[in-house]
Amino acid sequence: MRAFVVAVFAFLYLPIALVVLFSFNAGHHASEFTGFSVQWYGKALANPFLVEALKNSLLIATTSALLAALCGTAAALGLARVGARTRAVFDALLGAAIVVPGVVIGISTLVALVQLFGVVNPFVASLWPNDQPPRLALGYGSIIAAHGLFSMALVAMIVGTRLGSLDRNLVEASSDLYATPLTTFRSIVLPQIMPAVVAGFLLAFTFSFDDFIVAFFVAGAQTTLPIYVFASIRRGVTPEINAIATIVLVASVLLVVLAQWQLRQRKPSH
Amino acid sequence: MRSNVLRHNLLTALLLGPATAWLLVFLVLPFVAIAVFSVGERAPEGGYQAAFTLAQYANLPARATAFWNTMVLAPAGALACLLVAYPVAYYLALRAPERWRLILLALVVIPFWTSLLMRTYAWMYVLGGRGVPALLAYVGMEDVRLINTPGAVLLGTVYGYLPLMILPVYVSLERLDRRLLEASADLGATPISTFLGVTLRLSLPGVMTGFSLVMILLLGEYLIPTLLGGGKVFFIGNALVDLFLQSRNWPFGSAIAITLVAVSVVVLLAANRISTRLSGARRVDLI
Repeated sequence: MRAFVVAVFAFLYLPIALVVLFSFNAGHHASEFTGFSVQWYGKALANPFLVEALKNSLLIATTSALLAALCGTAAALGLARVGARTRAVFDALLGAAIVVPGVVIGISTLVALVQLFGVVNPFVASLWPNDQPPRLALGYGSIIAAHGLFSMALVAMIVGTRLGSLDRNLVEASSDLYATPLTTFRSIVLPQIMPAVVAGFLLAFTFSFDDFIVAFFVAGAQTTLPIYVFASIRRGVTPEINAIATIVLVASVLLVVLAQWQLRQRKPSH
Repeated sequence: MRSNVLRHNLLTALLLGPATAWLLVFLVLPFVAIAVFSVGERAPEGGYQAAFTLAQYANLPARATAFWNTMVLAPAGALACLLVAYPVAYYLALRAPERWRLILLALVVIPFWTSLLMRTYAWMYVLGGRGVPALLAYVGMEDVRLINTPGAVLLGTVYGYLPLMILPVYVSLERLDRRLLEASADLGATPISTFLGVTLRLSLPGVMTGFSLVMILLLGEYLIPTLLGGGKVFFIGNALVDLFLQSRNWPFGSAIAITLVAVSVVVLLAANRISTRLSGARRVDLI
């Protein structure tokens, strides 16, 4: 069994190791290693399209994850205050937002937004005083909203589970001791749900940063990193992609290790 | 008193407001839109034309290959994933030395943080003409084709979703009451019958969770068949991309999307039902 487990770990890491190895390849060809070099890192960071795509992805992932963490946490708190029937409806919708395949979320959002813009844009134009009315179009907003839908549902679920296991006695004790609801929330509830909120934010960020298929449909004229990488792969593999993949890999591992460390540091004080 | 109730309701509404708006505009509205489109017609220049017809649904067999590939390779992928994941989860939960467990668990999760796109494309090297086939040619097996085959897609799906399968199985095995294993051995059960009668049975809820999770994701998969199937092994996801972005037959694409959602719902309900039955059976057994 040990041998099997070792083999599975090798299977998991071999392709990742190859990407990292070939990011240091001197030659242009992705299939033979001809010497060590960091030239592809320089070329990747000097490629304006690649850098633009990376910036877009960071911006979209940060915004959608922040919005999802806020709205998802608020929704989880709100759901703890409503009746069973309302709760069931919300749970079904949140579950659907998580379960419906990304490709369906992508196309249905595309279809709905195109129709919506088709109605809204002429209407706004007819009311606008001059010849340059603002036009709604696919772009940052639609990617952030479509990513945020899944992420918000995920955060609401994670935080909701955490709220369910919250020690009610502490909340009651706090209000018995004449704490205002706000104080109770700040000093009892928030610290207990914070790890779930942070975990939800990280998951949301990773999801948005990695997503290809949803953004592929609703990106409009914008390019995210996965869309750029996908297009490069179709044009023929370039070593620049390996360099950028390695940077992203190292950054995400660092981010998660840092988050874990932060959470562990904070624990003893509470 | 009355103002308190009012304040309570107002706060609840404020908390739920943004999420409600989000769900309505970006989940419910889009779903209604494709439902309406799916009973419409394709406009001559592409896109949508209002109509009420079930012609799009009647036309579904035109994409039978995509449905067939998905309905065969998604369960097969989930099953293959499970067969690889189970021993790993078992080792991590019951056999691994205590101080190694967390590190090994982190090693399972790390690939999941790196993009599926990058990890899948690494396999294009390995399976491509100058990867494994070149090695096989070196030992005398000429002309082995690996990439752009169903096997390559299957391998990609196992690779892509392995962490997602290992975790739920690990959780269910980790929670397992070890005294039951000892009791089983004390009562003279062989290791194999202990495994089948106790370990495997008690881990079935985790197995079902992992299996349905991976299966649902595979039903809507696009990247893996595109990169490793090279247009020869295509899934429903590929048909949808083609219909929406290339041939611009939105009504037909909508009908396929609705069907895909329906299939996912059926899979989930079936998995839920089996899980409930399994956990119900477990409860009875333990009393």
